Amino acid sequence: MAEPLKAAVLLFPGSNRENDVARALAAAGARVEIVWHESEHLPPGTDLAVLPGGFSYGDYLRCGAIAARARVMEAVTTHAARGGLVLGICNGFQILCEAGLLPGVLMRNAGLKFICRMQTLRVETTETPFTRAYAKGQVVKYALAHGEGAYMTSPEEMETLEQTGRIAFRYCDAQGNVDATANPNGSLNNVAGVYSADFNVLGLMPHPENLIDPLTGGVDGRPVFAGLVANMTH
Amino acid sequence: MKSRVVVTLKPSVLDPQGKAIEGALKSLGLEGFANVRQGKVFDIELEGVDGEAANALIQQACEKLLANTIVENFAIQHG
Repeated sequence: MAEPLKAAVLLFPGSNRENDVARALAAAGARVEIVWHESEHLPPGTDLAVLPGGFSYGDYLRCGAIAARARVMEAVTTHAARGGLVLGICNGFQILCEAGLLPGVLMRNAGLKFICRMQTLRVETTETPFTRAYAKGQVVKYALAHGEGAYMTSPEEMETLEQTGRIAFRYCDAQGNVDATANPNGSLNNVAGVYSADFNVLGLMPHPENLIDPLTGGVDGRPVFAGLVANMTH
Repeated sequence: MKSRVVVTLKPSVLDPQGKAIEGALKSLGLEGFANVRQGKVFDIELEGVDGEAANALIQQACEKLLANTIVENFAIQHG
């Protein structure tokens, strides 16, 4: 029996979803440690670094811009370069983009409103440690809670992401149709999440960690955490 | 020495905030606003550095933090 997945959940000033994602990971069987942003290192043996949602530094300058320059991010960059897993949710996704660990940028929602509701997504690929427990094309329900979630990048970069299968999730309707009416925030090509070139870094705007208990809306998010934990034993 | 950095969205990038401001100006009855785009201004005081070195320093600050060059342009003014 392999060691269970060891996760480090990073805490920036203004993060507010660290306990939710830590709980989701622990429920799936991971060992979890919360790590302060001034730390120079990730805990020894860290398999997965998680950047949780929230409003780091009050979203000053640009969402995630200041947290992306925090000391701990050097350790995260080194971890990612070694092939270590990194997951950024919501503000964590914004931080990963600002840090250059993922391409693109999250802009103000096209409708200008903060969106806080459930949203259906289509799982675009299952050949990664993050989505291996889903079926390809599966429609899942996660929670949205953001004001700056419109994914943008250059046309050339977008073409690369599409060609190399690096779109992780797309906003869709309940039947799995991806079109403009199912796009909540104006994201290019309905992108809700993207992978790095080596598929070891994932950023997404919706919150899978909200959907781990039938009491609070469903369990569609569980396979992310279960898949990450199972990844260690296969 | 004092410098000012002006950060603006690239022309190709949609600016919903600018659009909302444009709409509000029109609803005030002010006529003639064809297009409004929102940006940011940074007023910076430098110490112990000036001339070309100051320019290079501010340039670095813009590229590393003040602007996200995927979607934003920046302009530096001195004096």
